[in-house]
Amino acid sequence: MIAGLALAVGVIVGLVLRPTVPHWLEPYLPIAVVAALDAVFGGIRARLDGIFDSKVFVVSFVSNVVVAALIVFLGDKLGVGGQLSTAVVVVLGIRIFGNAAAIRRHVFRA
Amino acid sequence: MTNDHEADAEETQPPDDERSREELADEEPSNEELNPERDERSREEPPAATRRDEVAFGSGIAPELASGAGADPSPANRPVRDRIRLRRDKKSAGILIGVLTAILGFAIAVQVRSNSSSDSLSNAREDDLIRILDDQNARADRLNQQIADLQATLDELQRSGNSDAVAQQQAERELQSLEVLLGTVPATGPGITADITDPQHKLKAEDLLDVVEELRGAGAESIQFGSVRVTTATSFTDDSGGVQVDGQQVSPPYRVLAIGDPKTLDTALNIPGGVAATARNAGGDAQIVEQQQVDITARSSVPSPKYAAPGGR
Repeated sequence: MIAGLALAVGVIVGLVLRPTVPHWLEPYLPIAVVAALDAVFGGIRARLDGIFDSKVFVVSFVSNVVVAALIVFLGDKLGVGGQLSTAVVVVLGIRIFGNAAAIRRHVFRA
Repeated sequence: MTNDHEADAEETQPPDDERSREELADEEPSNEELNPERDERSREEPPAATRRDEVAFGSGIAPELASGAGADPSPANRPVRDRIRLRRDKKSAGILIGVLTAILGFAIAVQVRSNSSSDSLSNAREDDLIRILDDQNARADRLNQQIADLQATLDELQRSGNSDAVAQQQAERELQSLEVLLGTVPATGPGITADITDPQHKLKAEDLLDVVEELRGAGAESIQFGSVRVTTATSFTDDSGGVQVDGQQVSPPYRVLAIGDPKTLDTALNIPGGVAATARNAGGDAQIVEQQQVDITARSSVPSPKYAAPGGR
């Protein structure tokens, strides 16, 4: 509930304020968003499984974002930033799909 | 994040598990699957407390009721304090989750906006930009090559078009001169008019043909005899009534128009024993006048060839 409301509030604030992304953040923001989405989907799934833990959620959310950004940063430094961000997106995408499937089974029983 | 969740749980559980094994021996073999909140709490608690907790879990009592400050021996106080703490924890955790998800929503909105508003190049990576630049350069090279090819084709076509036009002009000039020589079109130019009188009708077809031949010999380019255009196929025939030119009856006085060099034509007709002399001998006369402009209006029609076709050049 709170999470959904906060998400909506964040989207609205972002749309209203129209901030510009700082240049140094540009490569990392999309990856961080995908990583955070992965954490959120995992949280929803855990909630439905009845094993949701806010601490785990918070830690995994932050660590997901940090690790994803770190991987991309490292990739940029190594000259494979584009490929590594693709890799991160693919991995996170697979996880999101897996979690979405679990959520779907819970919600629709199918 | 279930995976994270699980991973997290796996990380935290083994010590817990070990601990419970150590302390509980074989009392509770299957408490790993219990609520993760228990992990959190049990980690915070001194090991001594866990024993009771584990027992409580094992006996099916709600964790929040069962767990508590391990040091507190009073079972009555424990659940109340625990509930308060739990509520505080839950509240702060909810706030934290709310903040995080709000940040996520904010980031999504910002990213979507920056991705759609500004052109994508400003967000692109350096090596991506280099690749794009390379692509564009290659494309530009290809297009330049195409331009050069098309330009060459255009030049070639224009050249051939020009030579075609020249050839056409040439052909038209040729056609015009041929038409004049064939007598299918009216002609104009310097020349002579000759009026040949023959009151006694003594001039025969061959005498009239002589006139034409003299004129031709003198370089006449276009000749009109009476109302008949004289061409290569023109015939002069005698018949009972007089002379027929191309099957058309002509009668004296004959008027002949010729285009060519006036002096030469005049001389040709007036040579001794020539046309003028023949006419005078026949009792008539030949009046030859040089003209700066002679208009020949009669036209001949050229039958299209029935058998002969143009041969290869």
